[in-house]
Amino acid sequence: MKILVCITNVPDTTAKIAFVDSDTKLNKTGIQFIIGPYDDYALARAVELKEQHGGTVTVLNVGEAEGEPQIRKALAIGADDAIRVNAEPTDSYFVAAQIAHIAQQNNYDLILMGRESIDYNSGVVHGLVGEMLGIPSFSPVMKLDIEGTTAKLAREIDGGKEYLEAPLPLVLGCQEPIAEWKIPNMRGIMTARTKPLQVVEPVAVEDLAINERYSQPAPKGQCKMIPVEEVEKLITLLRTEAKVL
Amino acid sequence: MSVLVFVEIDNGSIKKLSQEAITYGAEVARMINATATVLALGAADESALAQAGSFGATKVLHASDPKLTHENSMAYADVLVQAAHQEGSKVIIVAKSGLGDAVAARAAAKLKASVISGITSLPEINGNSFKVTRSIYTGKAFATVDIRSEIKILAIRKNAVEATETGNMATVETFSPALNDANFTAKVTDVEKSNAELSLTEADIIVSGGRGMKGPENWQPLLDLAKALGAATGCSKPVSDLDWRPHHEHIGQTGIKVAPNLYIACGISGAIQHLAGVNGSKCIVVINKDPEAPFFKAADYGIVGDIFEVLPRLTKAIEASK
Repeated sequence: MKILVCITNVPDTTAKIAFVDSDTKLNKTGIQFIIGPYDDYALARAVELKEQHGGTVTVLNVGEAEGEPQIRKALAIGADDAIRVNAEPTDSYFVAAQIAHIAQQNNYDLILMGRESIDYNSGVVHGLVGEMLGIPSFSPVMKLDIEGTTAKLAREIDGGKEYLEAPLPLVLGCQEPIAEWKIPNMRGIMTARTKPLQVVEPVAVEDLAINERYSQPAPKGQCKMIPVEEVEKLITLLRTEAKVL
Repeated sequence: MSVLVFVEIDNGSIKKLSQEAITYGAEVARMINATATVLALGAADESALAQAGSFGATKVLHASDPKLTHENSMAYADVLVQAAHQEGSKVIIVAKSGLGDAVAARAAAKLKASVISGITSLPEINGNSFKVTRSIYTGKAFATVDIRSEIKILAIRKNAVEATETGNMATVETFSPALNDANFTAKVTDVEKSNAELSLTEADIIVSGGRGMKGPENWQPLLDLAKALGAATGCSKPVSDLDWRPHHEHIGQTGIKVAPNLYIACGISGAIQHLAGVNGSKCIVVINKDPEAPFFKAADYGIVGDIFEVLPRLTKAIEASK
């Protein structure tokens, strides 16, 4: 089985977000970058499926060279090889077009990624890739098993869970508890250094949307503390002041 | 030409999230001198669909083929594109949700349209320029996006506009799209629905519990408060990791993101990952015995005290004031 896992290189969940160059660029100073947490689940499940069924796991990142430590980490976790499309990921459509282009040259049985990236939170790349390749896509997938050429999966739906069987190939957006995150061991880290990481140039995609500038939410006003002896006052305040009851 | 709004149906009626999407679509239509058309798929009451008019839609296209009753983003996108062609739509609106994002994405790939998800306010339209503001970094920032593509697909975040009702009715027309078998290859083997009456993404009020609740057996006072308020219940990540509450109640960066009018956090310290899931809320109340809990910095109202004493008193106060 051939599995492609698409990973994003994103600021850590605890990172303080700020912008520079007249609010047109993320201030990367002091920010630690990580593999997208949802992508990390997808990668972990891919490695487990390879252990069960044999095959290969290829990691794909659309991003600049600064993301290579994260790609090496994915190789250390158990991917066999990696591809980096050397481009700044400008929007979902651009990224999806790069993934679809790579996928068209290789017959992957499964294309896994996180349900969304934690920088842009769009949750649309799996659907775009699926449509570009003309194959089904499902998200968010929280359970995945393969039997022959059929995937048995569970995905979260509004207020519940749905169990599905679908023929491969598929594109899946993943989330917990599809697998436990894996931490690379020393042997993995050593072998990752020599695993192939191919750098390819992007295919041209028309600019459909441009991020013009960034801004931050207005700071929250002071929190109004209510003495514990007067908790009932809260109800009045929510009614008359906040007007949310 | 019309602005096309894809709506989600629950029990035959238009979901609340989608009502906001209709209002948003009607506002955009007004800006570009067009009308708003709603696309509803699967089994639905005609009278319930006509309610789309109350939120500003002129017309509802209803494709009632029973094959479309079950959520299917592949088939829905295919039908959405057929409707967009029929209506000559250049702007397509969906409510941001797992389904909305998936349908928007697949339709965007078919139409070579840009798809922008997480939009928080109405667009700025000037001649050919069409700009929107969207939430990024899980609510920690916003981006202003200049959309260049001819067709634009927008996934609207909750509270981007207030759904306002006028009492008007829309005309409901039967829509009979071609359905492609290739979109129905997946087989649904089972569905588990929680018995909660209110889903977190639709709720106006949420009462949520953290590790400060000390154990699953202590949830009753929280459930009582939620019931008195007509609220949905949620929890923090540690609580769902410990299996005190089911996974689908987990609110936060890697769980559900919510944007209710009122969020009441009980015994949740306010880790940045949790705040990321609730920062779209209009009003936040934090109840915690630790005055240093970081959540107070993100709150509108705070009570430092024992939750097991505070919650029953709040419930009583609400019931007394009803």
